[in-house]
Amino acid sequence: MEIRELQAYASFFMSIFLVVILYWYIIYLYRSEKKGDKDYEKLGNIALDDEIDSRPINTSSVTPSEKKEKDK
Amino acid sequence: MQSNAALEYDYTVAKLFTFTTILFGILGMIIGTLIAAQLAFPELNYLLGEYGTFSRLRPVHTTVVIYGFTLSGVFATFYYVSQRVLKVSMAESKFIMFMGKFHFWLYFVGALLATISLLLGYSQSKEYAQYEWPIDIVIVIIWVSWGVAMFALIGIRREKALYISMWYYIACFLGVAMLYLFNNMAVPTYFASGGLGSIMHSVSMYSGTNDALVQWWWGHNAVAFVFTVPIVAMIYYFLPKESGQAIYSYKLSLLSFWGLMFIYLWAGSHHLLWSTVPDWMQTMGSVFSVVLILPSWGSAINMLLTMKGEWNQLTENPLIKFMVLASTFYMLSTLEGPIQAIKSVNAIAHFTDWIPGHVHDGVLGWVVFMIMAGLFHMAPRMFKKEIYSKNLLEAQFWLQTTAVVLYFTSMWIAGITQGMMWRAVDEYGNLMYSFIDTVTVLHPYYAIRALSGVLYLTGFLMFAYNMIKTMTSGRELSEEPQFRSPMA
Repeated sequence: MEIRELQAYASFFMSIFLVVILYWYIIYLYRSEKKGDKDYEKLGNIALDDEIDSRPINTSSVTPSEKKEKDK
Repeated sequence: MQSNAALEYDYTVAKLFTFTTILFGILGMIIGTLIAAQLAFPELNYLLGEYGTFSRLRPVHTTVVIYGFTLSGVFATFYYVSQRVLKVSMAESKFIMFMGKFHFWLYFVGALLATISLLLGYSQSKEYAQYEWPIDIVIVIIWVSWGVAMFALIGIRREKALYISMWYYIACFLGVAMLYLFNNMAVPTYFASGGLGSIMHSVSMYSGTNDALVQWWWGHNAVAFVFTVPIVAMIYYFLPKESGQAIYSYKLSLLSFWGLMFIYLWAGSHHLLWSTVPDWMQTMGSVFSVVLILPSWGSAINMLLTMKGEWNQLTENPLIKFMVLASTFYMLSTLEGPIQAIKSVNAIAHFTDWIPGHVHDGVLGWVVFMIMAGLFHMAPRMFKKEIYSKNLLEAQFWLQTTAVVLYFTSMWIAGITQGMMWRAVDEYGNLMYSFIDTVTVLHPYYAIRALSGVLYLTGFLMFAYNMIKTMTSGRELSEEPQFRSPMA
């Protein structure tokens, strides 16, 4: 097999692999939010509440108290 | 670190880059308008001897608007946005402040030297990578100093989650760093030959088709990581902040980010369709370009949906108008690009005026509109003054929108006419037209493009005037506006 043919196959299978990773990422995003582990949407507020002395949103994870509130 | 009520964001470096954005914008657009006029009226080539010819000025135009105007805008907004979304001031670290100022001054001096080198005719003849090796070394130091300032700022942040704009700025930094190095690998001939020829001259480390592939790997990603990624960073911050509406879907913004990173890097070979590169690579370039519509539209639609329920702001606030139009032009050009990258369409479009038409509806409608809107949003916060004139802003919007429409419509017609005429054959298979026949037919469209350049440049001068008047004689603001930028 020529090097060019090998390069073509490598490119094809690498693309497939990365597509699988990307789809896994979509599933991960939605599943972790559904389970209550993460709250991505609240991160949108970082742009709106951006004073230097305003309270940081801090982490994308839901705090234990927030999770408790959600589970009720 | 504990938050400190007396602490304020420090916009010193953001202000400096704002000035160069205006300066390089005016310079780049004057040259752009001149060379557009030269194509319509060739006698304009002889105004300044060898320094005023199209071939000498064209790379000056492209590099000044890309690396002068656009990058200044990227740096200005970065030093503004990053402090705010990381909730940390540059004044908190002497080191970061020094790096920011060092970055600016080296950039400013480097940009002037780079432009002079092109005017003097030093070029390695690679599109969007014309600078010779000594300039490349300066550019690497400038880029690294930006990276140091960026990661130092991230290192001392209070806001632990990185807002989506930061992801895009980081991608801009990393993407350009990697590709610029690869594409500018060259051997200075003076040293390699033991002292022969000019010290400025070099030859690429790659040859033939490989050189072309690496060149367009970079060339297309200059579009990706200078004209797209940092501009998306801007709209993800400025549109929500100006409208008071959080991003419609943060998850979609993350997904679009990774989609864009994954796909954009491999679309560059569409610049080499129908050339000597391997066939599978041409096909891959086409396929990746078409798939690229998805993450591009993901961001653009996310922006438009951010305005859901708040569309009244479009009529009330000119800055929202600028940003929504920018987003719309982003959608248009990211649909047009993939269409041009389809092999059969490319057979007509390649080497025609449809290509600069496509580039300019992207840059004039999307990049410049977004940078101007960003700077207008920043001005009242940086200078603590009201924007000087809302009427001027409105007039500028309509003038420049008309200019963009004139530019791309004339180039669409010119490009397709050109492509069809080049390919036309008579019943015996002979070419029906000579090159000069196409030039005669295209003249009116070239004249329209030159006119659109004059209109757009006039709009940009209105922007510059409005910004300078805001700094010098805008009404003082007693407190920082939370969302909508105040304007007289």
